[in-house]
Formats: sequence, C-alpha cells, structure tokens
Amino acid sequence: MDNLNHLIDGFGHVMTPLNLLFAFIGVIVGTAVGVLPGIGPAMTVALLLPITFSLDTTQALIMFAGIFYGGMYGGSTTSILLNTPGESSSVVTALEGNKMAKVGRAAQALATAAIGSFVAGTIATVLLVLVMPQVVAFAIDLGSPEYFAIIMLAFVGASMVLGSSRLRGFAALLVGLSIGIIGIDKVTGQQRMTFGIPQLADGIDIVVVAVGLFAVGEALWVAAHLRRKAAGVIPVGQPWMGRDDWKRSWKPWLRGTALGFPFGAIPAGGAEVPTFLSYVAERKLTKHPEQFGHGAIEGVAGPEAANNASAAGTLVPLLAIGLPTNATAAIILTFLQGRGLEPGPLLIEKQPVLVWTLVASLFVGNTLLLALNLPLAPLWAKLLQIPRPYLYAGILFFATMGAWAVNGQAFDLYLLLGIGLVGFAIRRFGLPVLPFIIGVILAPIAELHLRRSLQLSHGDVSGLFGGPVAWACYGIIALAILWPLIAKAVRAVRGGKGGPGSGLMAEIREEATV
Amino acid sequence: MTILVGYIPTPQGEAALAAATAEARAHGDRVLVVNMSRDDKLVDAHRAEGRDLTRLDADLAESGVEHEVRRVEHGTDPADAILSIIDAEAPRMLVIGIRHRSPVGKLLLGSTAQRLLLDASCPVLAVKAG
Repeated sequence: MDNLNHLIDGFGHVMTPLNLLFAFIGVIVGTAVGVLPGIGPAMTVALLLPITFSLDTTQALIMFAGIFYGGMYGGSTTSILLNTPGESSSVVTALEGNKMAKVGRAAQALATAAIGSFVAGTIATVLLVLVMPQVVAFAIDLGSPEYFAIIMLAFVGASMVLGSSRLRGFAALLVGLSIGIIGIDKVTGQQRMTFGIPQLADGIDIVVVAVGLFAVGEALWVAAHLRRKAAGVIPVGQPWMGRDDWKRSWKPWLRGTALGFPFGAIPAGGAEVPTFLSYVAERKLTKHPEQFGHGAIEGVAGPEAANNASAAGTLVPLLAIGLPTNATAAIILTFLQGRGLEPGPLLIEKQPVLVWTLVASLFVGNTLLLALNLPLAPLWAKLLQIPRPYLYAGILFFATMGAWAVNGQAFDLYLLLGIGLVGFAIRRFGLPVLPFIIGVILAPIAELHLRRSLQLSHGDVSGLFGGPVAWACYGIIALAILWPLIAKAVRAVRGGKGGPGSGLMAEIREEATV
Repeated sequence: MTILVGYIPTPQGEAALAAATAEARAHGDRVLVVNMSRDDKLVDAHRAEGRDLTRLDADLAESGVEHEVRRVEHGTDPADAILSIIDAEAPRMLVIGIRHRSPVGKLLLGSTAQRLLLDASCPVLAVKAG
C-alpha cells in the first residue's frame, strides 16, 4: 500500500506543466527516432546527455523515459510500412506487419501495434510498481561478491544471447571493458592504458564513448553503405480495427506482455528475445495458421506488446540494482551516475520522489503515446521522406557539440572520431553493440566490486563465491558457456535431431531477412 | 524527334504527361517518360510505383505514340538526372509540371522546375495541373 501512496504522490509531481511538457517532448522525440531506422533511443539519449546538464534530474529522466517508450512505439511503423525495422525490437513485427500492409491492412496493423503497445506498457508499468520494491528488498542485502557475480552474468548474457556469434559478442565485450578501465586505478593510483596522455588519466567520458559509438559510428556506416532505392509512398489511412481484429488481438497482447516483462528484467539483450518468442508462440497458438506468413494480425499484436512490456521490465534491474539490460538503459545509468546518484537499492530510499515521479511519468507517457500514434501514424510515416544527408548532418553536429560540451577540450573530438571509427568497425564486422556499451559502462563498477570483495577476503579468490546469489549466477554462466558442448552431447546421444535453443532464433531471423 | 517528360505521380505529373502526349501526336514525335526516385531517402513520394508505370505504358500504347518509360533510381537530384538525359538524348522539348511554391519553401528545398527551366538546353514546356 505504501508503494501505491508513493505512486499517487508521483502522479502529483508529474502533473506540473513543466514535467508534462518534458514527458511530451520525450514521447515525440522517441517516436520520431523510433520511426527512423538506424536512429534509436540509445543514440538519442546519448546525444541529449550533454544538453541535459542544466536540466533538473527528474525532468531529464522523464524525458529519457519518454524517448525509451516512444522508440518502442515508433519502430513498429517502419517495420509495417517498409519491411525495414525502425528498431531492433521491431524486427519480428515486419514479418507479418509488412505482409498486412501489402494486402492493404496497414491501418489495422498500425492500430494493433499502437493499442497493444499501450496495453502492454500499462500492464508492465503496473508490474514494475509491484515488483521493483520486492527486488529492492532483495538487493539491499547483496554484498560486493554478489554484485560482481550479477554483473558478470549481465556481461555473459549480453554477449551470448544476441548477435551472430558468441565470439563476436565476447570480442565486443572485451573492447568495451578495455575502454572502460582506461584511467587511474582507484585503489593503487597507477595509470592504466593512458599511454602517457594526461587527458586520458580521468578515463574517457562515457558521453564521448556513447555519442561516438551510436552517432558517429552509425553515420559513418550509413555514409558507407545504405544507398538504396527509395520505396514509394504506402497509403496508410486512419489506423483502426474491426471487431474481428480486436478479438484476435487481445490475447496476443496479454501473452506478449507476459513474455516481454520478465525478459526485459533479466540481462538477456532487452526486447529482441521476447519479441521472437512471442511471434513463435502466436504462430503455434493461432486459430488461423494459414494466415501466418501472409499477414496475420496476431504476429503483429504479440511482438509489439512484448517489446513495450520489456521496456518496462528493463527499468526493474536498472532502478533496483543499477544493472542495465539494454543500451538505452545503460546510457540512462550513466546519466544517473553523472548526477551523483547511485542507481541501486538505495536509490528508491534516498530519492523516492525521483523514482516514483519517473514511474508515474511512464503511465502518462504511455497514454500520450497512444494519443499521438493512433491518429498521427500517417504523419509519422512522412518522416521517412527526409533525405538521409539532412538527418546525419544534424546528428553529427549534435554529436560534435556534445563531445565538446563535456570538457571543452579538442582532445575529446579526436576521441569522438576514434571511437566513431571503432563503432564503424563494430558494425562492419558484425559485432553486437550492446556488450560493447555495457562493458564500457559497467567496467568501473564491476572492478570496484571485484576489488572490494578481494580486499574483504584478503585476496582469497573464494571470497568471490559468497552466498547463494553468487553461486546461482556462476552456475548460470557456466551452463551458458558450456551449452554448445552440452547441446552437442545431447545431439550425439539423440542422433542428430534437436539443435540448441538458439537455432530457433537463427531460423526466424533468417525468415525475417528474406 | 523526342519529347522528354519528367513524370511524378501527382496531378502536375499527369498534366505534363497529357500535354506531352498531345504534342507528340500532333507532330509525330516519340515520348520519353522519366521518373526519378532519390536514393538518399527511404521513401520518396515522387517515385512512381511499378503499377503506375505499367498503366502509363498501356495508356501511351493505346494513344498510338511511340514511347519509352524509363526509371532513374540513383542520384539525389531529379534536375540533374533529367539534365543528363537531355544531354544524351537531345530531345526537341522537355515537358514538366509546375506548381506554386512559397518563397521560403524554395529557399529551403530548392526548386527542380526552376533549375530545369534555367539550365535545360532545349525548350521547356511548363504545365499546370488542371
């Protein structure tokens, strides 16, 4: 009940004109970047970090949350109309959504995506309110060894679940970790990997890393690759659904929510896995199997609900443990750290107004998004007509300004370009971005907990295995790493059939790219 | 001789095409229809869909004019695309559709029609939508 009171207080704080304005700006910007392929909420929040230096923490956070939620809404529009996902979380939506658009049911597809996102977002935010305090209560007793174990689990999860291969995932993670530990060792005062350059002694500012990786890297990638024939305008019409569409949509919405929320909360790559799973589930459970592959509305409703629910789920570990499970959350974590706040179980105790205002703003933002997306979908689709040079010139401008604003030194601009090139190389060689950014951001935190646990146990490695939480984490890590061997053994016993779990995802991904 | 038409799927584009067809029938010319879509946009409202071009082709065939329908899908400037076709084909006349633009709109986005009127090496027939 206490939480409910806090939440109602939070609503009271959100309902000021200025906070509402920031929520509104957030959802508008979020939808816009969601619609545009290649430009996502992570890049946007990174670009906005320097601009928010002078903003109130709560207002900036409300805006970021709006961008995060908005990106999940906007991505579906591009998936449905263009067969090009606006966001990685909308890859699956394109499978059925674009088929629906091709047979003239774009309006219904957009409607079930928007309404499903709203339903899922609202339910998942309620779940967030219920679950977060429990997780906080659990996390408050965790010591450094457990934290280190959880972070290791996040590293392994982010590196292994997504991407084309585990090797690439771990390579990206290691590059990120290497960048993350540049600077002065906090315990011994030694300089690490600074190459005698004084500007590196403080480490590389995360703003520079994030902006370089997401904005400059993406701009270079687009400049090098994405010249492709334009598509014609797809007539959208006013999104609405008939009675039959409602009947076929509401169950997938709920199932998508149930899948999305827990997957958002565990470190397994955010929204992509639950959307894939939701699609598979709907294909199995549907009463119209013949329509799958030709524009089944269930195939849009389920995944779209799942990606919004996972967005809310992502906030549980972020706010309760300080653990980001996707790129946008990682950058929001950086923002909180920059404000001198320590995201973790103590945050909700020390800053209850901030946390509950944020949660309340999610409800408000979700409602705003429904109001914006349902009637205005044709307008959002117009964004796709912006010539790319205009967009990326603007992005590079903001990126450069942001990198300069951090310290006002030219050295950061060279770093920005250097990291931009790394970002380009990462895309070129198919390395996933998520382990990279999580590595950069969590490296100092992981190191802190590692050193602290080892100090407590006087350098004894067994100090890292304190408590059941750590055991469980290391157990899961071991299982995950050994999985290919186990799967091989199982297959050998069974005689060929039955591949590893990731085979299914690969199969769907192949379908998605065809 | 050839009459070149810059076609876009709008009333202006249709008017240009109609004018070009009439002109070609009167003088026994060949009609070359060009549609350009920019490759630096994800969606280009001026792109004529495949079915548009098929219909166009059928209409021209029915009217008994010798014709060719060509689609340009690379480049970022329709004016450049048409000017280079004028250089290659040396048409007798270029037909385009024009519409009102605000001064600010022209300042921000430029005007394809204006560039063609000024830079084309052949006479230009500018048509307004019915």
